[in-house]
Amino acid sequence: MPDMTSKTDWPEDHSPTPRQALHLSNLSFRWDQTQPPISYPDMTLNSGEHLFLRGPSGSGKSTLLSLLGGLIVPATGELTLLGTELSRLTNGQRDRFRADHMGVIFQQFNLVPYLTTLDNVMLPCRLSRKRRSRALPTPREEAESLLTALGIPQSHWHRRVTGLSVGQQQRVAAARALTGAPELILADEPTSALDSYNRDRFIELLLGLAAEKRSSVVFVSHDQSLAERFDHQLALEVAP
Amino acid sequence: MTIRLAFSLAMASLWYRRRVLALVTLTLTLSITLLLGVQYLRTEVKQSFTNTISGTDLIVGARSGQLNLLLYTIFHIGDATNNIRWSTYQQLREDQRIGWLVPISLGDSYRGHRVVGTNEQFPEHFRYGRDQQPELAEGEWFGDIFEVVLGAQVARKHGHQLGDDIILSHGGGKTSFSNHKDTPFTATGILAPTGTPVDQAVYVSLEGLEAIHIGWESGVAIPGRTVTPEQARERNLTPDAITAALVGIDRKVLTFQVQRQINESQLEPLSAILPGVALSELWRIMGQFEKALLGITGFVVVTSLIGLVAVLLTLQVQRRQEIAILRATGASPMLIAALHVIECVILAVAACGLAVLAGAAGIAGLSPWLLETWGIQVGLRPLNTTEWLIIACVPLASLIVGLIPALQAWRGSRKQGLGHVVPE
Repeated sequence: MPDMTSKTDWPEDHSPTPRQALHLSNLSFRWDQTQPPISYPDMTLNSGEHLFLRGPSGSGKSTLLSLLGGLIVPATGELTLLGTELSRLTNGQRDRFRADHMGVIFQQFNLVPYLTTLDNVMLPCRLSRKRRSRALPTPREEAESLLTALGIPQSHWHRRVTGLSVGQQQRVAAARALTGAPELILADEPTSALDSYNRDRFIELLLGLAAEKRSSVVFVSHDQSLAERFDHQLALEVAP
Repeated sequence: MTIRLAFSLAMASLWYRRRVLALVTLTLTLSITLLLGVQYLRTEVKQSFTNTISGTDLIVGARSGQLNLLLYTIFHIGDATNNIRWSTYQQLREDQRIGWLVPISLGDSYRGHRVVGTNEQFPEHFRYGRDQQPELAEGEWFGDIFEVVLGAQVARKHGHQLGDDIILSHGGGKTSFSNHKDTPFTATGILAPTGTPVDQAVYVSLEGLEAIHIGWESGVAIPGRTVTPEQARERNLTPDAITAALVGIDRKVLTFQVQRQINESQLEPLSAILPGVALSELWRIMGQFEKALLGITGFVVVTSLIGLVAVLLTLQVQRRQEIAILRATGASPMLIAALHVIECVILAVAACGLAVLAGAAGIAGLSPWLLETWGIQVGLRPLNTTEWLIIACVPLASLIVGLIPALQAWRGSRKQGLGHVVPE
């Protein structure tokens, strides 16, 4: 398993289905002027490949995810997703890009409390036409098959999500991230609240379904034991 | 599509928080009901006011201000400054331009209700509302000296029926110690409710009033000088004076001419007033008060809108996570802001709907009481343009105040990173 801390060569690709999911070059970010900037190593991730991202607290893992999600903009450098340079997009375009091409899973509290399980899963399809058109055969049927695959009992589908266990909530979040087959899934320590059985099951299902949808997963975790399931690893360090 | 999404999310979110929001919505509903109620009653009371008299071209009485004359002749409020002589009344009757005259003689009372001395011209020519004639619910108009016709409320309040003996009191007031108990009257008719002061009065003949005052010239009954009804019938009962007269002019263009001539009359100091003008002057005075009331209730609505925003701002802290999820899923800050505004407007619209229902129920429930206690007839009717405008203002105002939490959410979600990374 190569450690992706150095830049690899890759051909320019701007075709409609880019082979390259993610490319960082000379990227850095600072929250404000008083803090030192966080610098990231250059790296590339091809479509369908998964990345394991680890590092101690404060090393900028979550910040990198926010950069990838387009919620914040880098101070320097380039961040190219699916052949699109994110900093060239306006705020609105980045929101749209995220809706169209990304699924996100948080550590916990992933679900909108007042929506049912199914509505939570179908939320991306309601925000993005692209995701809706790729949710086959229909957003609802895709959501149902994802929930079935992720082992959410049917009795919970039409109920509000507050009755679900933490493990179930994380799996519903995974279903939401996967629906409409986005090219990129950003997972921010999604297993940290789970026991080892649920954690292994979660990773298994997530990576399996991501492979089915041809999505690349960027997975942030402290848990080194999970790293071996990923094609690439990136270790971040706290800036000196 | 985004708008539909925002709406369905807003609805789901409101329903999820219904317990907290129900209370602020209730506050808002009550304040809108109050505002709407004041406006509605304002219109209705004004209508009721203007409905009090119609068809009468002039009211003639002793010289006084027009409000005073209007108040004591029509609304039975206050007392006459002076009487007009019977001879003057006779002269007016001979005037060719005057089509009809209704004499009115006031001064006595029946258990706090005014006694109106008049004649058969009253049911013939007195009109209220949209040219409506006072109609008898039971019995007939008085024909004899000692017969009385009761207003609807008088009969209802005291449980009178046809044939009951009625003893009138000398002077006004609810409790009188000098009663005309030697000369009882018999109820021969009960008027149908009109929603005007007519309901609160009793009607007797001028001759009847004259008859019961024989021996009362000094203001109290002088023993030995009063008469029995039988003796009274033998006397000349033509009155010396009446309080006022309602005048109908055949050719309306001559109204001002007649008014001017009466006001300049050499016979005695007289005043002739136009009821419509006097009514609008009366309303102008009352209007100041109810405008102030409307202003106050307007502020009550504004206060409850501010309360609503305060609650929405408090809820915002709880909503951080939910907004983070929506943002991560690709919702723009605009959508987040729109969500807040829509929620605020939906609550306001719901409050308006509830307020209309509550107002309608309230008016339906209160109208018998209003008619009984205040003699104001308030019925249910479709809302008019002003009232719709007031209702429409509330969601509009809520949209404006909803921008406060919306702006805050918009700014917050622009700064927000993915998930929990919210550097403050």
